[in-house]
This record gives sequence, structure tokens and C-alpha cells, in this order.
Amino acid sequence: MRGPEPTIYEISSPGRRGFTLPELDVPEAEIPAEFVRDRLLLPEVAEVDVVRHFVRLSQKNFGVDIGFYPLGSCTMKYNPKVNEVAARLPGFTKIHPLQDPELVQGAMQLMYELQQYLAEITGFAATSLQPAAGAHGELTGILMMRKVIHEGRGEPHRTKVLVPDSAHGTNPATTTMSGLQVVEIPSDKRGNVDLNELKKHLDDTVLGFMLTNPNTLGLFDENLLELTRLVHEAGGLMYGDGANLNALLGIAKPGELGFDVMHINLHKTFSTPHGGGGPGSGPVVCTEELAPYLPGPIVDAEEHDDHVHYVWKMPERTIGRVKAFWGNFGVMIKAYTYIRMLGEEGLRAVAENAVLNANYLQTLIKDVYPVPYGFRTCMHEFVAQGKIEGAPDVHALDIAKRLIDYGFHPPTMYFPLIVPEALMIEPTETESKQTLDAFADAMKKIAEEARTHPELLKTAPHEAPVRRLDEVRAARHPKLKDVPGMED
Amino acid sequence: MVYIPNTDAEREEMLRTIGVERIADLFHDVPEPYRNPRLNLPQPLSEAEILAELRDMSEANADLDHVAIFLGAGSYHHFVPSVVDMVISRSEFYTAYTPYQPEVSQGVLQSLFEYQSMICALTEMDVANSSHYDGATATAEAVIMALNVHRRKRKRVVMSPTVHPMYRQTVYTYTQGMNLTIVGEDAPRHDLQALADLIDDDTCCVIVQNPDFLGRMFTPQEMQALADAAHAHKALFVVVIDPISLGFMVPPGRYDADIVVGEGQSLGSLPQFGGPYLGIFAFKKEYVRKSSGRLVGETVDAEGKRGYVITLSTREQHIRREKATSNICTNEALVAIAAAVYMASMGKEGLRRVAELSYHKAHYAAKRIAEIEGFEVLSSWPFFKEFVVKCPAPVQEINDYLIEEWGIIGGYDLSQDYPDLENAMLLCVTEMNDREEIDALISAFQEIAGGALESSVKFYLPT
Repeated sequence: MRGPEPTIYEISSPGRRGFTLPELDVPEAEIPAEFVRDRLLLPEVAEVDVVRHFVRLSQKNFGVDIGFYPLGSCTMKYNPKVNEVAARLPGFTKIHPLQDPELVQGAMQLMYELQQYLAEITGFAATSLQPAAGAHGELTGILMMRKVIHEGRGEPHRTKVLVPDSAHGTNPATTTMSGLQVVEIPSDKRGNVDLNELKKHLDDTVLGFMLTNPNTLGLFDENLLELTRLVHEAGGLMYGDGANLNALLGIAKPGELGFDVMHINLHKTFSTPHGGGGPGSGPVVCTEELAPYLPGPIVDAEEHDDHVHYVWKMPERTIGRVKAFWGNFGVMIKAYTYIRMLGEEGLRAVAENAVLNANYLQTLIKDVYPVPYGFRTCMHEFVAQGKIEGAPDVHALDIAKRLIDYGFHPPTMYFPLIVPEALMIEPTETESKQTLDAFADAMKKIAEEARTHPELLKTAPHEAPVRRLDEVRAARHPKLKDVPGMED
Repeated sequence: MVYIPNTDAEREEMLRTIGVERIADLFHDVPEPYRNPRLNLPQPLSEAEILAELRDMSEANADLDHVAIFLGAGSYHHFVPSVVDMVISRSEFYTAYTPYQPEVSQGVLQSLFEYQSMICALTEMDVANSSHYDGATATAEAVIMALNVHRRKRKRVVMSPTVHPMYRQTVYTYTQGMNLTIVGEDAPRHDLQALADLIDDDTCCVIVQNPDFLGRMFTPQEMQALADAAHAHKALFVVVIDPISLGFMVPPGRYDADIVVGEGQSLGSLPQFGGPYLGIFAFKKEYVRKSSGRLVGETVDAEGKRGYVITLSTREQHIRREKATSNICTNEALVAIAAAVYMASMGKEGLRRVAELSYHKAHYAAKRIAEIEGFEVLSSWPFFKEFVVKCPAPVQEINDYLIEEWGIIGGYDLSQDYPDLENAMLLCVTEMNDREEIDALISAFQEIAGGALESSVKFYLPT
């Protein structure tokens, strides 16, 4: 499908309609004229126009169902179809969040059991399912840490959050949003947090440490136990960014490794689809000490003689609610379905195969591209560099765009920031050896092309719905809407 | 193993290539005593088994195919055309990540650009982002944006008592580390002048909802007066909207709103127990570089053809880190696409009709309820689709009777949030409530007026 798709406004025709509604079956009431708008600039299209327009647009989009999507730190695993069926059951979609709890016991049971499963899988005492995404979970967790230390422990002078230089941008952004200050801690030569640097900052102004483990280099911190001990000794708390939990399912429980609070990305680890940018779900799990601070309400179970009764409960010292209602329930159903289908052994197999696939691909790739930490065993992902000997003008960007022509979604580019020309590759457990081999072959061919026909890379992609897009122009002259009759 | 394609033979081959004997060898960095813990989880189920269990769990809920509902309060049962779910079931959309690689993401990007365009058309604002999590978090992000517009020098927020209670609570949660003073919640309800009087030169924004949480519609003139009062102190005017009401109501862009937020669930999503929902977020263009959330912009490709990209990312966490305008990354893109499909399908006629039907039916219900002895409609003000009824008994008792005897989910108990509104119920009527349902509600209320509660036997469990 080459060629631009017109916008929905461009296919609009005055008077055309694509809806039906019931006739008015009660007397009309007067709507005072002062309330009534003089125009509403929505398009006028028929149902077939809408369907063809959006189906054609969908054909200009790459998803996991089309092919390999090794986007590092995003865990683009296959999204099981049973999840979609489950989430669309009318008893789940057609219930109002404020219905009397007596009328939604099934939904509350699902939430309660999911709270229990997530706590069990991660080794924590309690769960809140309310946060809507990973960054939302981070905000939740850091606000909890702030409150437990400032109010629970009476140490309001602790306002610094230590964040490694390999961290996702959400970590420092969350810290600022929580009214706290970020201190960046460098990594050492093996890709771990540099403990000597860490020690320089561990004083009584430290609120805690935010660590993604395995980190964004795909490495399990070799000094993790020492690190969590040092932070705790200094009076701080450990925040776990669960973005990379896929590597640890059934392998280790973060709650046993010294973390105090952590968010989980259901849309990464637990197979719920990412929806082209969302919705996600970012439940937060924590220790006994932090449990009273969780946002809520959460679901509690009351045992009766012949049944369990589910009720809403606000944790006693809660930071407050972080959104309206209870969380992204539709996403929770999918994660619940996944956990129930996999069980203990299935979840452990996920981590084992994710790590096996990543190490296999790392082995194949490191013959051709530099892998700065390739001397170590990686976990679920690894970081290569888009540097090709004999092709000095070719960059990670060019390699990424050329991969599109080979039918692959590019890896995460230029992140983590500490690796120049980074290509962060996460294959996940749902890819076969054949797919990994084909991807490695493409990477090798691209390296060859870079030396012989660099322009093929510089002008890539050639096989996508559009050629390389002018992002500078988009930012310099922002055009953020196109509504006939309105100024830009 | 479900969803894992490789066979044992393939795994063996891969291990040989890596140069290790067993998969366990790949986990030597994990401290030994903590490795391979037991997970106490239920035994795995097949697809048929889990679906049967989930069906049972879902059927333990009273769903809207089987009961009539007059409950709104921030989540609404409006009609969702079949095309919406058909489009968002396209796995090219739903199995994609955030469109970081625009050349293979034009579908999501153009759909979000059209969502932004239609939200701008609906609100008559200059710019709309491609979503926040929900109406509550969009409201909290509006406060943070107003703080940033004032370079964090202003520390006061004026917030109306009839902004949705959960949105107000979320604003407190988000801003607890920012040393803000939030005032206005003790002001008389619906008194915009009282809010105007609270605005001073330390105020970064004033937040009101229209129609407000109790359903009241404020006129454009009333809203403009509050906007002027805010702007006299250079404070931003933040308006929380119900997008369906804008089917006929004068949009906030016409009364000088600086930021418009709201819950977009009504635009093509079912109530689904509270999420995923859609945070609408629109604003004046002079504030674009202080705004939060993803923006999709139009540009051209190397051949000059039109295309779309995520733009102005220098505001965002992955570029600006601790200096970002927000920490948001994942948003509600697919719900925004659903809203785009809904707005396109309904068009200007359809959305207006949904708003009018809701208005007429709500007014019919209110008029009939007002005739019942013992029930009083407290909404003496202009209202949209929700109104307040003073009942002759506690709302919980009324609602228990409605569901047991009539299969009706009654309204929201306002005494939870407004202690002086004892026995007051917020009722919601939309185009999905037919006359028969409304008349059934009236009959039920008539029975209650006739003393039915005293004679009814309760079989519910204690709560």
C-alpha cells in the first residue's frame, strides 16, 4: 500500500453519515440557545469510508503479528489471541466501575487473584493494580518511598534519588515529578553500577535508589546484593524498575534480592499487547513496610463459611489514588489469562527461553557488530553498536532503517545513552531459531552492504509505505492537526 | 510449552552455538541462594479450560446486557458502533509498540494525528496531545503544565468543589511533593464568582468542570467571566469536559480555556470496569513546549510525500530525562484510535444527536421523578445528562431495592463526597436508556414512595 492515505477530513462529504441511533421516545426538552455551539467541525463520512480508511491505515503499520519486533526493553513478545477473547467477554466490558461490589464479585475476584499472583511471582507482600503504565507505576513507587521515609520514618531531609546512567528516561523524570532530586551514578567497566561512585553519594540525604535489573545493557548487576545492602545501610530504599522482569520469571524474586517496591509492566512481561503506544498497566508490588502506603482502593478478600467475599479497601497510609477508578482492568484480564495458562513452569520457561534467545542472537551478531559487554552472558537483551569497519559514514540509524527493507522492525536505537550508536536488541522467548537466524543473516548482509553500497543504507527504507521522514521539519514547523475551517 | 516455538533439539543447537551446556549456565549472575524459587501458582490450564473459568467469573457480574443502568459519575454507557472494535482489533494496530520508527508506523501515527485533529475540532482548542491515561491524570498533568508555564514560581491552585472527586484526589496525589496550596473545594458549589475571588498572583491555574460533577451546565458567559478573572492574574484556566456534551454545547475554546482535559471513554469505549480509559488533553498553542504527552505532527518524506512523526520530543522523558515536562511514556494510544473511529463514524450530526438524546431523556426522567412524593430533584440548574435527586431513604437502600426488585442499577451516592448531600443520588441518563427503562425507574421510585422499602426483605450479604 504505497501512496498517502487521505485524512478522514479529506474524504468527508457534506451531509454524509455513518451512524444510526434510536428515535427520541420521550418528549423533547428545551435546550437554552445560549448553551448551543454554532459549529462542530467533525467529518461527515459513511461507514464504509471509515472502515476502508482505517483498514488501509492499519496496512501501513508493523506489529508483532507481522514479524520480528526486537525492540529492546519493550519485550515485544507474541500477544496470545485468547487474551483478546477473554477481555471482550460482556461480563467484563459491560460493567460500570462504581457498581455495588455485590454486583461485580467476579471482576473483583480476578483482580484479587492477580494481586496475589504478581506478589508471589515477584516475592513481595502486597500489590496495587491501579497504575496505568510503567511510568505511572514509577511515580507511584517513588511517592510511596517519599512518604514512608518523610512521614513514616520521620526523615524529611532525604530528598535525593540515585539513578544509574543506564536508566530509562522515565526514572529521572519520575524523580523530578515527585519533588525530589536526581543524582546520576555511573556504570563500571562490566556494566554494573559503580559501587565506589555509589558510596560517595550514600549519605543521609538519600531517599533511595532506582534500579532496573537486569539493566538496559541486558546485564544482571553482579553486585546486586552488595548494592541493596549499602543502600539500606545508608537508610535508603530500593526501587525496582520492572521493565525487564521477563528475564527473571521463576528465576529470582526481586523482593528477595533487596528491593522494597517495584512496578511491573503487564504489557511487556505478561503478554498484553502494547496497542501502538498503550494502554498498558503498571501494577506496583512492595514489602510489608510499604504496603500501607499503596494507592488504592485495592481488593481484599473476606473469608466466609462457604464463600469468599471481595471488598474494596484503601491502604491505611495510602499516598492517595493515582487515577480514577481501579486501574486498566481490560489489561489485567489479559495478564491474568496468561498467568493461568502458563503456571509456574511455563513462566520459568519464558525467562529461560528469552535469555537463551538473546544469548544466541548475541553470539551470532557479535562476529559482525561490536557488542561492548559481549564478554558477559546477557539476560533477555543485549546492546550492539551500529559501527561497521570500513563504513565510517554509516550509523545505527541507517542500519535500523535498512532492517525494515528486510522485513524486520528495527531494534531500539541510541539507547542506553552510555553506548554510542546503540542498537538494543530484545528477541523475547516467542521467536524461533529460524527467525533469529534470518535476522542475524540480515544484519550480516547489511554490514556487507554498508561497505559496498552505503547509499542503500543511507536512503533506507526502500520498501516501507513512506521513505525516511523529515523529523526536523516536523519540529521546526509543528503541524499538529488538520481541520478544514480551523487555523493550524 | 505454550507460545514458545523452539524445540528441545533447537535449544540444544543454540546452546552449542553459545558455547554453554545448559540453559542454567546462562543465569550464573543471579545469586545462587535465590535462584529458581518456587512460585505458588495454580496449575496451568488449556485455552478451553481458562475460557470456561473466565466465562464463569464474568457471569458473576451484573452486566449491562442484563440490567438497566442510571449510574454515571465519570464512566458512561453510550452507544459504541460495531466499526470501533473492528478497527482496534486489527492486530497491525494493537500489536505495535509506540511509533518510534515512523516509516513502519504510519497507520498508528496518522490515526493519532486524526484523533488530535478531531479533539481540536470538538473542543475548539489549538492543539491536542495523543492522550493521557484518563480524565483524572489529565487533570493532574494540567496542573503540572500550569506550574511549568509559571516556571514553578506560583504555588497555588484554585479547584472547584464540583470537579470529579477522584480527579481532585489524583491532583493531590500527583502534587504531594510540590508544596502547593490547593484552595476552592470549600467554596459554595456551582459558585464561579467565589472561585474567581480566590485567584491571586500566586495562582498558577483555576480548574472547573463543565458540565460539573453534579451535571450542571455553565453558560459560556459564566465560564468567560471566570476565564477573565484567571487571566487578570495570569493564571491558566483549566476546564474539565465531558466530550459527549460538546455534541451541542459551546466548546471551551470559545470561552478562552487555556487547557482542556476530560475523560474520553464515552468516545467509543465501554465502561469495562474503569479502564483502559482515555485522558483528553488539549491546550492553546503558545503553551505547546510546556505541554506533556506525545504529539504527532505532519511532515514529508525524502520524496516529498506527506507522512507523520512523533514530534517536539524534546519535552519528553526519553530526551530530557529529569527536565522533562512529565514522566509519561506509554499512553492510551489504542483507546485514542477507538475515539477517532467513533468521532469519524458519528460525525457532527451523530455526536450532536447522542448529546441531544441524552439531554432530552435525562430531562424527561427528572421531570417524572419530581412528580413523585418524597423525591425531590435538587438540580434547579441547567443540566446535561446527570442530575441530583434527594431520596426519602439512604441511597444504598434505594439502590438495593432497585437491583433486587427491578434489575436496575441506581445512581451514585453523593453523600460519599458531599456529607451535606445526605440521601442524594446522582442519576445519569443516556441515549442507551429507552423510555421503558426510565418508566421502570419511575415505577420503582413510586413503590418506594409508597413504603416499599419497609416491606422488602433484604437477602444481601453484609458489606
